[in-house]
This record gives sequence, structure tokens and C-alpha cells, in this order.
Amino acid sequence: MTFLEVKDLRVHFPTDDGLVKSVDGLSFSLERGKTLGIVGESGSGKSVTSLSIMGLHKVGTARISGEIYLDGEELVSASPAEVRALRGKRMAMIFQDPLSAMHPYYTVGNQIIEAYRVHNHVSKQVARKHAIEMLDRVGIPQPEKRVDAYPHQFSGGMRQRAMIAMALSCDPDLLIADEPTTALDVTVQAQILDLIRDLQREFNSAVIIITHDLGVVAELADDIQVMYAGRAVEYSSAEDIFDRPQHPYTWGLLGSMPRIDQERLERLIPIKGTPPSLINVPSGCAFHPRCNYARMNEGASETERPELLDTGDGHMVACHLTPAKRQHAWETDIKPKL
Amino acid sequence: MIAYIIRRLFAAVGTLFVVSVITFGIFYLFPRLAGATPETLATRYVGRSATPETVKAVANALGFYDPVTVQYWHWAKGIVVGSDFNLGTGVEHCPAPCLGYSFISRTPVWPDLLDRFPVTFSLAIGAAVLWLVGGLAVGVLSALRRGTFFDRAAMTLALAGVSMPIFWTGLMALSFLSYRWGIFPGGGSYVPFTQNPARWAYALLLPWITLAFLFSAQYARLTRAGMLETMNEDYIRTARAKGLVERDVVVKHGLRAALTPILTIFGLDFGLLIGGAVLTENVFSLNGLGKYAVIGISDQDMPKIMGVTLLAAGFIVLSNLVVDLLYAAVDPRVRLQ
Repeated sequence: MTFLEVKDLRVHFPTDDGLVKSVDGLSFSLERGKTLGIVGESGSGKSVTSLSIMGLHKVGTARISGEIYLDGEELVSASPAEVRALRGKRMAMIFQDPLSAMHPYYTVGNQIIEAYRVHNHVSKQVARKHAIEMLDRVGIPQPEKRVDAYPHQFSGGMRQRAMIAMALSCDPDLLIADEPTTALDVTVQAQILDLIRDLQREFNSAVIIITHDLGVVAELADDIQVMYAGRAVEYSSAEDIFDRPQHPYTWGLLGSMPRIDQERLERLIPIKGTPPSLINVPSGCAFHPRCNYARMNEGASETERPELLDTGDGHMVACHLTPAKRQHAWETDIKPKL
Repeated sequence: MIAYIIRRLFAAVGTLFVVSVITFGIFYLFPRLAGATPETLATRYVGRSATPETVKAVANALGFYDPVTVQYWHWAKGIVVGSDFNLGTGVEHCPAPCLGYSFISRTPVWPDLLDRFPVTFSLAIGAAVLWLVGGLAVGVLSALRRGTFFDRAAMTLALAGVSMPIFWTGLMALSFLSYRWGIFPGGGSYVPFTQNPARWAYALLLPWITLAFLFSAQYARLTRAGMLETMNEDYIRTARAKGLVERDVVVKHGLRAALTPILTIFGLDFGLLIGGAVLTENVFSLNGLGKYAVIGISDQDMPKIMGVTLLAAGFIVLSNLVVDLLYAAVDPRVRLQ
């Protein structure tokens, strides 16, 4: 049985302006010990998806349908108390900005102790020892001393390490990292990503990394799911995403990504247009107004929503382009410019 | 932390000095600037029936002919070491701290202030407990149930509470709850706490409630606004992500952060109140500092007014100091600055 399975997840928010369809029919699965990268622009639904798994949407604001199975347990229909008991214990999350994500009035140690004691009936002394161990494990020097420091006394990278220590304090099976390096210095980003990878191997947990930056997940993720307007447009192994991407949107992401391993022939190519409205999602393929290839499909892109289909060996793509046209466009238009 | 405390203490002493200069200026310097002669000032101390010779003698005895700086020096020295007043009819001694000597009642002001302070303090402390508990509870619940009937009803009531002056709510409360229905005792039934705690509380209950109603309205609105803000913070999401029960999320993480600005305002309100709750004390006939000030004003008894003013200002400086120190205890980020 798959460890995490999301089936036809839909998260809609009723607003005064209309129904915001943040996630609209998303399915994926993830095994223990594997890392899934979810990539997309702001508003593509990646964070909303992770908050749905964690059950962190406010009651009454979001309409959630579909199924989410964590180790066989269904979460969408579970009661808030049942999901709460799993939060922190079996699934944990780290956030983008560790400064605002940690409480400014409590010491780092106390926040880890609190996280540990919610799910483990131990004394404060035992929990404190555990907190020091966790800080040591995430590479914070002098953990016996730093355990009593406040978040503002940590550097950005150390803070994110402490966040990771807090998230992993109960040894969760699923770790969701929502843009874990976006708020950090470039020099620190790689360290944090290495740390996540090492800890994942150690704990054999399933990890979801959410990012807008393909570079972040390039080395870390086993599989990558590219999201656009609340749906998956491409899903494959990380290698395939970089070696033979299939979706024009993924091409756009790759084209707008700076590379240091080889000299670029041309400038970075931004994806034209702006992310779509989630209230009036474009008809057919939601990406068609920004797509250079939509005209090649005899109008199907404007009228018919493409399904996410397997192109062979598990590489899935939701695009009306025929495999031959796709291959041709990739080989001649895109690849030479990357 | 210790350096922070010392800095704050120095600042408080400096503020007290400035306060004393301003208070002195208001009562001694401003009348002179407005055209009052030493004689007209002295008239206020001896009454209008005195002969010009007496007035001059008194003006001389009180040092009104001296330069202003010398006058301030004598006055400030009196606070520290006490002073003597020679009014021709004998030397009156005013022991330290001499905040003034009332020539009308022929007594130093300080013992009077000491006598009346417990009344004002009793009124303030009881009301503060009520309004903090009430205001915070209503504010938190309103924020958590934003937009519901409870929220709207509470906020309407709070608006009414802020808008209605205490001399109206107080009189209405007295008129109905005390005189008409006899649920609470009437005005002037104050008993010291040391004598009979139960009757002390019973007598003060109505003033407490009236005063707390005014303040808790303001605190409910503040708490609600603060909670709405902090409950949207990222660290609240983190707290939920840990799997904390909602009560802990609200109290330990939300309210803890929302409390800090409320603490500041509470310190100032409380400091202001123990310097004399003028309206409440008069409505409920409580012989506190506020009532003392009103008596001083109606008798044109300058030293009394000045004594209360200085003491009240001192309390505000003191409460500011306490708030600063509490702030550092509550918000660890303050200590670094």
C-alpha cells in the first residue's frame, strides 16, 4: 500500500468575488523514503495542497473534497481532532520564513519541547534532553547553550535548522517543506537542502518539497510534479523533468532558470503573461493563453481540458500536443536555448 | 538586563525631575507670567480678609519675592528634607516629604495623601482585576467568533461602554441598583480592607463594576484587534502544525503575543487611576485622592492641588517604569536594544 495517496483533491475557497479553485483535481502518491518535489508559480496550488494534507485550512473557509490517505488513514473526512493527533506526530511541516514561523516570545528549546510533549507523555527534563539532541542532530553548535536562546538570536540558517529539529522531534513519517530555503541566503540554502536529505535517509521518511525553483529540487527529489492553476501538468522522475520535459509550462520554468554548470546561449526567457485567475480559470488547458504551442492543436487547447496521461515509463503529462510535435518542439526550440 | 534596568531607572529619575519642574511652574511661575504679583499669590494662602500688611508678610515668609530658581530650590528641598513655614503666628513644620502645606486647614498635605491613598488604590485594584478579566475574555471570544452574533453584541456593548461617561453610568447604577432596588450599598459606605475585608469589597463592588465597565469596553476592543492580528501570524500556523489543541494555540501562542501592547496600556491606565479617580470617587462619595483634589480646587487650596498633581505624576512615571521592566520580561527581543 502506498504511504501517502492523494486522490482527486479539490480545495475551493468561496469569496465575495467568486469561487477560488486553488486546487482542482489533483492526484499523486508518495512512498516512504522518497522525496516528491512540487513545483509551480505562486498561486499554482502547491502550498494549499500541503496545508490540506496537514489539515491546516481554517474550518469553514475552505471546501475540500477528494481523498488523502496517510498510511491507509483517510484525512479529508476525518474529524479535526483525529487530524490534530496526527499533526506533528506522523506528519510535520516546515515553513518558508523561520523567523515568523517561530514564536518570538519562547525560546527555541521550549518550542521544541512543546512539540515533543504534545505527543509524548514525558517530563520536561526528558523533553529538554530530547530537544538538545535534536538541535545537535540538525547541526546546531553548542546545543546545550543554544537551546535556551530565542529565535531572534539565531541566524536565518540556524533558525531553519531549529525549525527542522522541531518538525522532526516526534519522528514523523511525512515531512512537508514549504519553500524551505526561499527566505535564506544562497550560501545557506544548499546546507539546509543537504540537511533535509541526510535526515530523510536517517529517518526514512517521505518528504514533500514545495518550491517555485526547479533548482532546489533538482538534486533532492526522486519525483517532480509540476503544477499549474491547481492541477498537475507534468509528473515524472526528477531526471526526466530535466532531460526530456514534456509540457510547455515546464519548458518555460526551465528556460527562466539560471544555470551555473554551463554557459547560457541566450538570456533567461521569462514565461509570458501572468498566472491565471483562479476564479475564472482559462477554458480548456489553463496554460493556453501563455502557451506558444497552443495554436498547433486545432483549438483543442482552448476548449478541452487535457488529462494527465502516461507517455510511457511513468512520465505523465497533460498536454494536447502529439508526442511527435512535442519531441520536435523540445529538440529544436527549447533545448538549444537552455 | 541589569544595564537595561539601570538605564530605565535613570530615565525615570530624570522624568520625575522634569515633572517636578513643570508642576512647580504651573503653580508658581505661570500665575506670575500671567500678571499675578507676589501679593495676589499670597492672598490665596491667607484668604481675602487679611490686611495688606499680613499679605506682604506671608508673601515674604513664603519666599514669593525670591527669584524663581530659589523658590524652586526651597520647594524641592522641602520634598526631600522637609521645611518650615513662618506665617507670623508661629512656625509651622512640614516634615519630609513636604509636598506642600495647606494654610487653610493648617496641615501638611502628605499625611492627607497617605490617608486617602488606600481608598483610591482599593478602587483601582478591584476595578483593574474586573476589567482585565472581563475585557480580555470578551475580546478573545469576540476575535475567535468574529462576525457572529456574540461578536457584534459584545462590540456594540463595548462601544456603549466607551461612550458613556462615568458620571452618568455611575449615577444610574447608584440610583437603580443601590437606592431603588437596594442590591448594593449607597455611596460613602467605604470600610478599610484591614478592618473588614468582606464589607470593604461589598462597599466597593458597585464603583468597581462601574469603573470596570468603562475600561473593559476599551480592553475588549483592544484585545479583539490584537487577537485578530496575532491569530493570523505564521507562528500560529506552526503551533497548529505541531498538533497543539486549539485552546493552547489560542492562549499560549495567540494571547501571549496579543497581551504585550495591552500590558503597556494597562500600566498607564492603572498609574493614572491610582493618582486619583476624580469622577468615580465623587460620584460614589469615596474619600480618595481624586476627591481630595476636588476639595482642594473648590477651596482654592493650592498646596493640596499641587500635592495630588505631583503624586499622580509620580505614579505615572512609576507605572511607566514598571511597564518598561515588564515589557522586557515579556518580550525577550526588548532586552537586546
